Amino acid sequence: MKKTITLEVNGVAETAEVEVGQTLLRFLRDGLDLTGTKEGCNEGECGSCMVLLDGRPVNSCLVLAVEADGRTVTTVEGLSKEGVLHPLQKAFLSQAAVQCGFCTPGMVVSAAALLRENPTPTEDDVRKALAGNLCRCTGYKQIVDAVRDAAAAMRSAAEAGSDAGKAAEREEVPA
Amino acid sequence: MPVDLDYLAPSDVEDAVALRASRPSAAFLLGGTDLLPQMRSGRRSPETLIDLKRIAELHEIRENADGGLSIGAAVPLADVETHPLVLARYPLLAECAKTVGAWPLRQRATLAGNVCNASPAADTAVALLALDAVVNVASTTGRLAMAISELFLGPGQTALMPGDLVTDVVLPGSAAGVRGSYQRLSRRKGMDLATVGVLVGKRDGARPSWRVALAAVAPTPLRVRAAEELLEAKGAAAAREAAELAVAACRPITDQRGSAEYRREMVGVLVRRGVESLG
Repeated sequence: MKKTITLEVNGVAETAEVEVGQTLLRFLRDGLDLTGTKEGCNEGECGSCMVLLDGRPVNSCLVLAVEADGRTVTTVEGLSKEGVLHPLQKAFLSQAAVQCGFCTPGMVVSAAALLRENPTPTEDDVRKALAGNLCRCTGYKQIVDAVRDAAAAMRSAAEAGSDAGKAAEREEVPA
Repeated sequence: MPVDLDYLAPSDVEDAVALRASRPSAAFLLGGTDLLPQMRSGRRSPETLIDLKRIAELHEIRENADGGLSIGAAVPLADVETHPLVLARYPLLAECAKTVGAWPLRQRATLAGNVCNASPAADTAVALLALDAVVNVASTTGRLAMAISELFLGPGQTALMPGDLVTDVVLPGSAAGVRGSYQRLSRRKGMDLATVGVLVGKRDGARPSWRVALAAVAPTPLRVRAAEELLEAKGAAAAREAAELAVAACRPITDQRGSAEYRREMVGVLVRRGVESLG
């Protein structure tokens, strides 16, 4: 059975007809061509399909597209602004926190949700926030370091004020 | 997923109950973290999903006149574990909730869902048993309250009738202030179900009251009243005896997470440690 949904995805209003059984994950990938969100286990164990639903991190394989009607969704594609990478994305690059890369979008989205709630996470906070994201390559140390680097970069950008902050964002994130 | 699957999102409890009654093969949907994987694997095949998340009443955490709290069925566990009143009055519920799945999963998973799924390993069920929680249930015949101690019948089995809708979980004021620990063994710290879960709680007062409850070591989450009564009579000095009573009460199985022998042994160790830490 099909239903019509209207939702906001990465700041853009979308209206679509979806099958009730279709997950938000499949809708984002197949309906909107937002393939940054990955399908791993398809049962909520691996976290590679993480998106923000009304700002909360959720496994999009465990959300039906119809449940997102009227809601706001942010995918990994929505984190960068006008071609400028999000501080988390920069930090993942500078820490080489990417091996095969499949888990990376989910990791970045979970980390973005963490930093919204907690701008000064400890290593333990980061590990807890990422406990629902599996890295099959097991490169966790660089991932945790990257999230803490990004948090530091975002704090100093915020402290430096908006103009200076923009300048800081263009610089290398310190290791 | 079946192609003819239907989806309804009523805005009040009475409509939800009536819709469910008119569609015998419908299922209520909350966080979906259990239901959707069960549907994908074919273990459940409802023809209609009745989403309860659009019902405003089910999203509330309310303070009751007795100093207790009512937690609406649609409140995600992430909001339970961080709620100031839950943390102040029922810290053990927050402790148990924090061990379910992982942080993103708990943005969807709910207390009511964890209860209705009736897993023997349900972490929050242990806290609710220990805290004498009551579930409020709506059905076509009206509303009733059911003690959590009467709810669990076996793995995946509850005393709820088809069509019963749990509207909220009520924590009584008399259980506020129970403090202690939830010790949980699992193969990895995130995501995995408990191999063994042991809650030991104590409410201080002229006559301290004790709580001992176990997860993943019996067909249902288990409260060990015999151990509690012993501790109330003899105090924390009886930690070893209380642990023996808990071991005697549990009925673990061997599965991929651990052997029955290991689980039994760990119940003894963890109950003793839990009691000693409150001594």
